[in-house]
Amino acid sequence: MHLTPAELDALRLSLSVAARSVLFSLPFAILIAWLLTRGRFAGRWLLDALVHLPLVLPPVAVGYVLLLLFGNNGPIGGWLENHVGIQLAFSTAGAALATAVMAFPLMVRSIRLALENVDPGLEAAARTLGAKPLDRFFTITLPLIIPGVIAGAVTAFAAGLGEFGAVITFASNIPGITRTIPLALYTAIQSPGGDDQALRLAVMSFVLGLTGLLLAELLARRARHLVGR
Amino acid sequence: MLKVRIAKRRDGFALDAQFEVPTPGVVALFGRSGCGKTTAVNIISGLLAADSAYIELDGQVLTDTTAGIAIPPEQRRIGYVFQDGRLFPHMSVLRNLEYGLERTRASRLAITVDQIVSLLGLHQLLQRQPYQLSGGERQRVSLGRALLSQPALLLLDEPLAALDAARREEVLPYLERLRDNLSIPMVYVSHQFDEVLQLATHVVLMDAGHVVAQGPLSQVSLVPQLRAIVGPDSIGAVVDGVVTSVDASGAMAVIRVGSGLLNVSVPPVNVGDRVRVQLLARDIILATEEPRGLSVRNQLRGVITSVVDDEDDARLVTVDVGGSNVLSRVTRGAVEALSLQSGSSVWVLVKAVSTRGHAFRLGSG
Repeated sequence: MHLTPAELDALRLSLSVAARSVLFSLPFAILIAWLLTRGRFAGRWLLDALVHLPLVLPPVAVGYVLLLLFGNNGPIGGWLENHVGIQLAFSTAGAALATAVMAFPLMVRSIRLALENVDPGLEAAARTLGAKPLDRFFTITLPLIIPGVIAGAVTAFAAGLGEFGAVITFASNIPGITRTIPLALYTAIQSPGGDDQALRLAVMSFVLGLTGLLLAELLARRARHLVGR
Repeated sequence: MLKVRIAKRRDGFALDAQFEVPTPGVVALFGRSGCGKTTAVNIISGLLAADSAYIELDGQVLTDTTAGIAIPPEQRRIGYVFQDGRLFPHMSVLRNLEYGLERTRASRLAITVDQIVSLLGLHQLLQRQPYQLSGGERQRVSLGRALLSQPALLLLDEPLAALDAARREEVLPYLERLRDNLSIPMVYVSHQFDEVLQLATHVVLMDAGHVVAQGPLSQVSLVPQLRAIVGPDSIGAVVDGVVTSVDASGAMAVIRVGSGLLNVSVPPVNVGDRVRVQLLARDIILATEEPRGLSVRNQLRGVITSVVDDEDDARLVTVDVGGSNVLSRVTRGAVEALSLQSGSSVWVLVKAVSTRGHAFRLGSG
């Protein structure tokens, strides 16, 4: 199958947006998962609900909230534009942000599951051997949850390739900038005589998604072997 | 000296314990399951907070709730061997051993990897992953890992409880070697009296969250409350004696106990070795006159120091045999017929075979 320049653009954008969203949100996902598993604080249920909100909200609503907050006139977006010179709305970075927010709960869930499987007794043992909190986290906890982290990251990446509603609402549908594969697919369906184009893009999505899932399984297996399970 | 005073309440269970033991030495925290032993060592390690606690090791205060002192576990220099080993599954045996070592100040290094590897027989295991080890091997590595963190105190929470009998026998000798070769004070939690017999120098006897007796093993072995925990067939005075002669076969030795001599069957020993024997109370016969024409070769003279009630219409009689005490379990009828009471002079008869399996070598004299 030979790809047209527009299809290549969409493929490149989809990969770039999904990769950026994962890289950006991974440290936060680990932190939030850790807080939800080990943290003892008053607003834990609120944080839990907030993180899971994108799973139950219409993606368009999430995009709209992002637009209100990070849009050029929004409180955060305005500040970013004036002080840092970054414009998120209608940009590739914005598409990545919208994708990250939507895939965040998937990542947190996977990491949290892994954290719940780490025996706190191992961390206690490391403590009696002289390891301070950060030391314990990086030498014991993190290596033991790596399979979960990888699984979460790859799932989020695969899901990010297909994010539609939040991206089109917050970052719009700009060819070469925010028109990822699902947006290009939507555009093709909307255009008269775009059926062939739409089918080709659908097949691309299918292949990408399947590859992502297989990769996730493979990596997780290898990582599980590394930690001796 | 290790001074411990702890109190903690938790859903209907109250731990309120206090003890002082000399260091170095092996103190056994002994009692039934659920009497608060593990809670006590967790508080000593600093992993668990107490309602109120004072813990002092060799002059250094580790915890003092009234003064607001609570040194975190990672700075306590207290090694902890857990019942389940808790080896790090993603590290090789060698990396596990080095974990604590790498986090210790260079000025404190006294125990080396080589020393631990040879003391605990770990040569063959160094490159293995924890899941490739047997239960006994896992506990040996766990012991080594704790010791390499150069601890000032080692806590062992029933380290053999998860092992079957054969594995226990495999690990016990290593624990003895550690006791004899390293001068690190140890607190050994156990509900198996044979482990206490084999390893402990001091015993803290616990029941339902309280300390009911504490002191050298020979002293605590006479405490009547021990009877309820170990049962009527396992109670008996523990006596440390010096070997004065060994017979040709090497299986029988004469040891000095108090002012008398005892023939006992022993593991291979040399003259001058210190051995520990337990004289089971049910195997000790008392006589008010010097017995003649008996096959029992062990006869000690002594004076009764106490007579207390035991269950099943029996009495526990303590006899001072010249510096050492032995315990005899006799019927109420016999006590009355012989009018045994505090101050009575008696002969104590011990069958040599009855010490079998309860003689331990304590090191060369």
